[in-house]
Amino acid sequence: MKILVAIKQVPSRDSQLKVSSSGRWMEDADLSAEINEPDAYALEEALQLKEKHGGEVVALCAGPARASQTIREALAKGADRAVHVEEEDLGRFDLLGVAQLLAKAAAEVKPDLILTGLQSDDLGYGQTGVILAELLGLPHSTIIMQVEKTEAGIRVKRELEDGWFQHMTMPLPAVLTIQSGINKLRYATLMGIKKAKTKEVKQLSADGLGVTAAPKVSLERVYMPQRAKQTTLLPGTAKEQAAKLAEILKFEVRVL
Amino acid sequence: MRNMPTFRGVDYLHLESLLNEQELLVRNTARDFVEKDVLPQIRECYRDGRFPHDLIRKMGDLGFYGANLEGYGCAGMSNVEYGLLMQELERGDSGVRSFCSVQGALVMYPILTYGSEEHKQRWLPALQKGEAIGCFGLTEPGFGSNPAGMTTTARQDGADWILNGEKTWITNGTLADVALVWARSPEGIRGFLVEKGTKGYSSSDIHGKMSMRASVTSSLVLSDCRLPASAMLPGAQGLKSPLSCLTQARYGIGWGVVGAAMECYETARHYSTVRKQFDNRPIASHQLVQEKLADMITELTKAQLLALHCGRLKDQGKLEPAHVSMLKRNNVRAALDIARTSRDLLGANGIMDEYPIMRHMCNLETVKTYEGTDHIHTLVLGERVTGVAAYK
Repeated sequence: MKILVAIKQVPSRDSQLKVSSSGRWMEDADLSAEINEPDAYALEEALQLKEKHGGEVVALCAGPARASQTIREALAKGADRAVHVEEEDLGRFDLLGVAQLLAKAAAEVKPDLILTGLQSDDLGYGQTGVILAELLGLPHSTIIMQVEKTEAGIRVKRELEDGWFQHMTMPLPAVLTIQSGINKLRYATLMGIKKAKTKEVKQLSADGLGVTAAPKVSLERVYMPQRAKQTTLLPGTAKEQAAKLAEILKFEVRVL
Repeated sequence: MRNMPTFRGVDYLHLESLLNEQELLVRNTARDFVEKDVLPQIRECYRDGRFPHDLIRKMGDLGFYGANLEGYGCAGMSNVEYGLLMQELERGDSGVRSFCSVQGALVMYPILTYGSEEHKQRWLPALQKGEAIGCFGLTEPGFGSNPAGMTTTARQDGADWILNGEKTWITNGTLADVALVWARSPEGIRGFLVEKGTKGYSSSDIHGKMSMRASVTSSLVLSDCRLPASAMLPGAQGLKSPLSCLTQARYGIGWGVVGAAMECYETARHYSTVRKQFDNRPIASHQLVQEKLADMITELTKAQLLALHCGRLKDQGKLEPAHVSMLKRNNVRAALDIARTSRDLLGANGIMDEYPIMRHMCNLETVKTYEGTDHIHTLVLGERVTGVAAYK
């Protein structure tokens, strides 16, 4: 089975974020970066499927030159080769544009299965994988907790709300978006890190793929969450206060 | 335990920009490993005075043993990559770093450098994987800083060698499947591979340590221990052979203690921002506290630079033993000072094992002494700049 894993490089968790002067993104020149967490689980799932059933794992990443660090990490963990769509400013594409870049690059690889994280830690749209599937004309399934290969295709377990799960069988090729925490992430061994240097990384570009940035969706402003603490004192007797509190919890906060 | 944010390293001068992709990956693997596999258990291990055995095979699988050696399954890392590995391991605990140092620098390195092809085939792949454990027997009860005076002897009896003597302060001694024992033979000092279970060879642990409690430290006894001729390392002759191993290990220590210092500094820095005193203000707002933090980050940054520069020199084949003495002496001193100052900043909390500082501080007392004491390295530097040896 040839598995393509779409991975993204994002700012490290717990980074000290500052809004950039444009107000449309964060100052990321000095931020350390890492693999998007759900993508790390997608990669691990792909590696485990390969270990069970054989085949090949190809990592695909769209991003600036420095994303090569994340690609190298995927290769060090065991991906066989990688495709890097090098684009210094991914922000000039909207999510459809990014999905188009990935779709064009994926089409060249012709995978049996495409895995990616269910969303990115920075933008968090949760749509890239779905649009990618649509562009490729492939069936997809989201928030995947488990993947099993069957004779005809795959059987997957999806996470629904309220502790419910859905089991589905799907034909291949297909696109799955993977939930974090579904497996145990491996470390890149030192031998793997050394070997990664010798693995193929194919460089592609938006121009080469024939994708032009024509965003229909634009990011207008990013800002730090307002940390306004509001304190309301409820007047009246204890009984009146309790009644008012219950009303607020029910209709304003909506937790009851 | 502590409500500390994820460890992101200490990098005041953007030294990370001096590391390449591969070096960062090695650092990240080691840092992740320490975060997930070492830190969750190290406090208990230290308290109970036991080595975390589950790490032995895991570190082997990751390629940590003999990481900067080539061949026989070794990872073939650069010396900077190896240094970063030591740094991260010692951020966990000096005992874990010591285990790795001994296995790689003091057992695998001499087997690779001085051993026969048979020695290499037999031991290196197993030591690399952590399937076998090694120890290094040089120090004796009466001869620490002056190994030239060793009294352990090796005499020939037909084709065999007979070893007699005692070695002490041996890291991993009772764990070891193979001990590299240095002994005085009629032709000078030679190294012998003594296998566990050999008649006349025994080991016992040293108890009562107030430092390096998560590390096994032992004594070895050789009593008419008969070894075949093939047990001797053919390429090692004279004291320079074991000393060359110590240079490898000291290099790793120079990096390792930076990790311990980073952990102490970061714990104290974070604590100073959350601990409130006088008018409900964090103690970080006090000038005396800021001075301590400023001194610590400066010394820590200098230690990082020294380690990195020595690493680059070593990768170019230009690092000399006298350079390594400066690295080891300076960085252990800096780390110990930083640990003590960090303890001070945490006040009474600083003595508790809820925080890593006291553990690191006690460990660093050992690190100051082993692998060439602070005094001996001072004399190495003195000899280097004056041309006059002051050992005697």
